[in-house]
Amino acid sequence: MEPLIKLTSRAVPLPLANINTDQLFPARFIKKPRAVGYAQYLFHDIRRPDDGQLSTEFPLNQEKFNESKILVAGPNFGSGSSREGAVYALYDSGFRAIFAPSFGEIFASNCLKNGMLTARLNADAIHQIQTELTTTENPELSIDVAEEALITSAGTKIGLDLDPFQKHCLINGLNEIDLSLEFDDAITQFESDYRKAFPWITS
Amino acid sequence: MGTTLFEKIWKNHVVTDRDHESLIYVDRLLLQENSFHAFDKIRREKRTVRNPDQAFAFSDHYVPTRNRELGLDGITDPEIRNMVDLIASDTDTYGIELFGIGHDYQGILHVVGPEYGITQPGLVIAGADSHTSTHGALGAYAFGIGSSEVAHVLATQTLWRSKPKTLRVTINGKRQPGVSSKDLILFLIRTIGSGGAVGFAVEYGGDTVEQLSVEARMTVCNMSIEAGARAGLIAPDQKVFDYMKGRPLAPTGPDWGKAIAHWSSLKSDSDATFDREVQIDASSIVPQVTWGTNPEMVVDVTSKIPDPSSETDSERQGRMIRALEYMGLSANQSIQSIQLDRVFIGSCTNSRLEDLRIAAQVLNDQSCRIPTMIVPGSEQVKRAAEDEGLHEIFQRAGAEWLAPGCSMCVAINGDKLGSGERAASTSNRNFEGRQGQGGRTHLVSPAMAAAASITGQFENISNYAEASLWNL
Repeated sequence: MEPLIKLTSRAVPLPLANINTDQLFPARFIKKPRAVGYAQYLFHDIRRPDDGQLSTEFPLNQEKFNESKILVAGPNFGSGSSREGAVYALYDSGFRAIFAPSFGEIFASNCLKNGMLTARLNADAIHQIQTELTTTENPELSIDVAEEALITSAGTKIGLDLDPFQKHCLINGLNEIDLSLEFDDAITQFESDYRKAFPWITS
Repeated sequence: MGTTLFEKIWKNHVVTDRDHESLIYVDRLLLQENSFHAFDKIRREKRTVRNPDQAFAFSDHYVPTRNRELGLDGITDPEIRNMVDLIASDTDTYGIELFGIGHDYQGILHVVGPEYGITQPGLVIAGADSHTSTHGALGAYAFGIGSSEVAHVLATQTLWRSKPKTLRVTINGKRQPGVSSKDLILFLIRTIGSGGAVGFAVEYGGDTVEQLSVEARMTVCNMSIEAGARAGLIAPDQKVFDYMKGRPLAPTGPDWGKAIAHWSSLKSDSDATFDREVQIDASSIVPQVTWGTNPEMVVDVTSKIPDPSSETDSERQGRMIRALEYMGLSANQSIQSIQLDRVFIGSCTNSRLEDLRIAAQVLNDQSCRIPTMIVPGSEQVKRAAEDEGLHEIFQRAGAEWLAPGCSMCVAINGDKLGSGERAASTSNRNFEGRQGQGGRTHLVSPAMAAAASITGQFENISNYAEASLWNL
């Protein structure tokens, strides 16, 4: 997994609330192998609302926000299904960090497993950043994961409240399975005691 | 101070703690065809599967509901067939049991899990599907995970978790005729919002919940995720113990007594405190219908489509306008004036035997005015329904009686709405495009869906003379 320590990039505002994983990555594309690249499926249907043409109203279709690696989203972003393809579609499109007032929980877990930052900011802060990104000619944000800070293009510094475990995994680009296998002895001991206490569960 | 049901299960499964996270032991892992990324990761990283006998795989999302007797040859789309093939070869490689096409217990993972006894009180169950919350109805801590976490469980039998906060939803009061557990959960989501329970494990309690059958409780827990909660659970009681008895993986012999003793301890202590409490009065609830593109956009069947112009929050107003546009509906239109094109009765929310019995009671000696698909949740449900002759009632009414699977809930096996088509559906998500690109979904209970099939419109089934006799 790629570590995420510092990032300065264009950022795109997406003020809609309750964006769900069906919108991020429609279910009919789940069967595609990852090797085809999932960027083409990101927001597939809302980017092309009517006749298959890209709508210029949708921020991700606007040239100003091309090559954004940061998304500033509305509340309950990534609600819905557990499909990790929603994260792959964002990742393959270049995104590495998402800010929102709140996230769908499974989606946020999936992001972390792919080295993508999800950080909550209050609705007012999100609204302010979205407005700034929309009005400025240079829609850029900087993130410092170690310092837990977000800096806007106007120079405003906003503190982030990252979970220590999340921060540790992101900075070190940790493959969580390797980390967990360091606890293999503890797992084995637990399993042995557990099976004695509840013999019917795994017999 | 007392502890909650959730905390008791959590405490039994902590392997170790680190920062704000705990390494939690996972008793059961549930897989489906979309788990292929997880197996790819296991292969790519050259991992071994630690306990293949604690994983269970299901062919449900992509299996066809028609021409099932042809097996794999019944699938004409090569990409869909590939998905059904992949789960078979991956589970074969790693020695994991597959409930595939032709298996006596094939069906939707959240229907088969409980009916096979994979699901038991007190377990931690992780599933490759967000509706894994269903299994909490038997008193398990059950939640959905993505592919990376599926690979993590395959390799380690554990997951890192930060402990969720606890929310108790207490539902008291006598339900009106025709009001089912689906209406209760839709009303809750309407009340707290689709993000209202993010970060919480929800425990459902109160007289109304205790009176529900085990299957009806599954419908409630199933849709916890539509309120944002990864897990919803209900304390196991005698109904659950009776339900468990004799299931293929249920404890037997001396283990049965030990299990009952343990299961009986799985309830929140009377002095346990929750981070948040919500009270619902069931007696005030009438049948519920979603009008928009999110499960929180719910109204009474007796009411009208909300008017965005009376919404003061501009962001919310914008969402309402967008939803009405997508749904092809107008503000202030009465719910009972909406013309439906199709009906879908099925999905992990409402495809169990009791759901089908209710649909059959409504459809008995009636005829479907609009195309109606009825998709049982599993082979076992299908057989039990056929033993009772329910399929004949459906077929006489003109409904299609199909083979088990997720079908048009997620619309990736070929069953889908056309663009602009409007359905009454017993499933769980009314998102844009969920049941087919451009398709319009109204979520309702099985009784409401069956009644809608007869007239092509939503009916207030509480007014039906026979509604008080339905076993809801």
